[in-house]
Amino acid sequence: MTSAPPAWRPSADWGTLRLRADLLAQIRAFFATRRVLEVETPALSGAAITDPHLASFRTRYAGPGPRCGQFLYLHTSPEFPMKRLLAAGSGSIYQIARVFRDGEAGRRHNPEFTLLEWYRVGFDHHRLMDEATELVATLLAGRLPLAEAERLSYRELFERQLGLDPHRAAVAELAACARAREIPVPPGMPADETDPWLDLLLTHCIEPQLGRGRLTWVHDYPASQAALARLRPGDPPVGERFELYLGGVELLNGFHELGDAGEQRRRFEAENARRQALGLPSAPLDEALLAALESGLPDCAGAALGFDRLVMLAAGKASIQEVIAFPVEIA
Amino acid sequence: MATYSTNEFKSGLKIMLDGDPYAIVDNEFVKPGKGQAFNRVRVRNLKTGRVIERTFKSGDTAEGADVVDVELQYLYNDGEYWHFMDQQNYEQLTADATAVGEAAKWLKEEAICQVTLWNGVPLSVAAPNFVIMTIVETDPGLRGDTSGGGGKPATLETGAVVRVPLFVQSGEVIKVDTRTGEYVSRVKE
Repeated sequence: MTSAPPAWRPSADWGTLRLRADLLAQIRAFFATRRVLEVETPALSGAAITDPHLASFRTRYAGPGPRCGQFLYLHTSPEFPMKRLLAAGSGSIYQIARVFRDGEAGRRHNPEFTLLEWYRVGFDHHRLMDEATELVATLLAGRLPLAEAERLSYRELFERQLGLDPHRAAVAELAACARAREIPVPPGMPADETDPWLDLLLTHCIEPQLGRGRLTWVHDYPASQAALARLRPGDPPVGERFELYLGGVELLNGFHELGDAGEQRRRFEAENARRQALGLPSAPLDEALLAALESGLPDCAGAALGFDRLVMLAAGKASIQEVIAFPVEIA
Repeated sequence: MATYSTNEFKSGLKIMLDGDPYAIVDNEFVKPGKGQAFNRVRVRNLKTGRVIERTFKSGDTAEGADVVDVELQYLYNDGEYWHFMDQQNYEQLTADATAVGEAAKWLKEEAICQVTLWNGVPLSVAAPNFVIMTIVETDPGLRGDTSGGGGKPATLETGAVVRVPLFVQSGEVIKVDTRTGEYVSRVKE
């Protein structure tokens, strides 16, 4: 008896792999005509993301050099070093980066995936939504017909879909809504924190309905869900974060970027405290980023687009495994 | 019993929920980019066969269910219980009507069945996919009618009733697919 040879062929077909290459070329052309500079930043860093919902891969560097024996982290997005470039005077920049997130695998997740991340100096979040709408429409032209994009706030979204105000609803109201919609509520949901309940309603009831035949933009998130975004004063203050959905798929996340170093440090520290409370390892703060913010980040907005998911939509594929040559299962 | 993290979930995994054993039918990972990740699973209750949906926060755990499939030989029915034997160690196990369920009408003595055990006790019994049985009663029908359209009921030695072609007669031995309850062919003795 001989065991079967390992699966070695790509799980994506050639049409899809050629489409990937076409779309990458189109993205580069799009930014070239707008004079946005392509950059590259390290995938390995001594600092890590503090967000408790993101898990970084960690490896120990054997040396030589000053980092000998230290832990290095694979980036979950190229955001921090790109902001260092912005603070150093790069002007508008973009990057097509392979990023890594532990604990994420499924029909729409591979622990290693491709992000298009870009920053526009002088843009606010609405202007960046305009540009991203143009970019996505360009990339999907002739492949997926799109009606005119819609744009609504996080509050309008929850009011429209579930008839509740996400900024004011207490846990009891969110839990009652989940039960009324027959969502099987997972064990261990917190009694004193609304964000996990909002995420439960979002993933189970709202997201599948978003972006039907058009781009749906959602913006102005609860401040607790926008750790890297500017807060806009109001009642309540909201984070200038935005998300793009198409065909029920979350495609892009962006911010009107926070430039206040002191405020950013406080948010990082609060997230690390939250990590500790959850029993997660704390993440070493990116002191170089904080120093760059201290020296001055130009007013800018930035966005990260899940390139593999864009290929899924363009190719009409139902799973990310069909658009990546060698997903983690066979990598 | 082991506990399983949602990261170990996959279809076929047996877990305990609310005191009952379940098998995972499918498992979907959902996560808003900046928020709480969930595993949405569909699970089948191994006692009732009902499929329900459950959601877990990703990273949480579920207790494993001590459920195994074994091949046992059916011995006899004592009027209340069905008795089986493990041919490896000659240990005898009894199954009640709930566990045997629909399989009862296909059980012929000495048949090898797949039995699902939960904590060592039969939870469900699957009859062999194909059984060979004698027809004890069927209408004579018309000889020579081989057209596919017709058919008539025939009672088998275990009491099961299947539709057979008109040309098949009482006393003949036939092969039946127990998954569909359909006649497959005549068997020459």
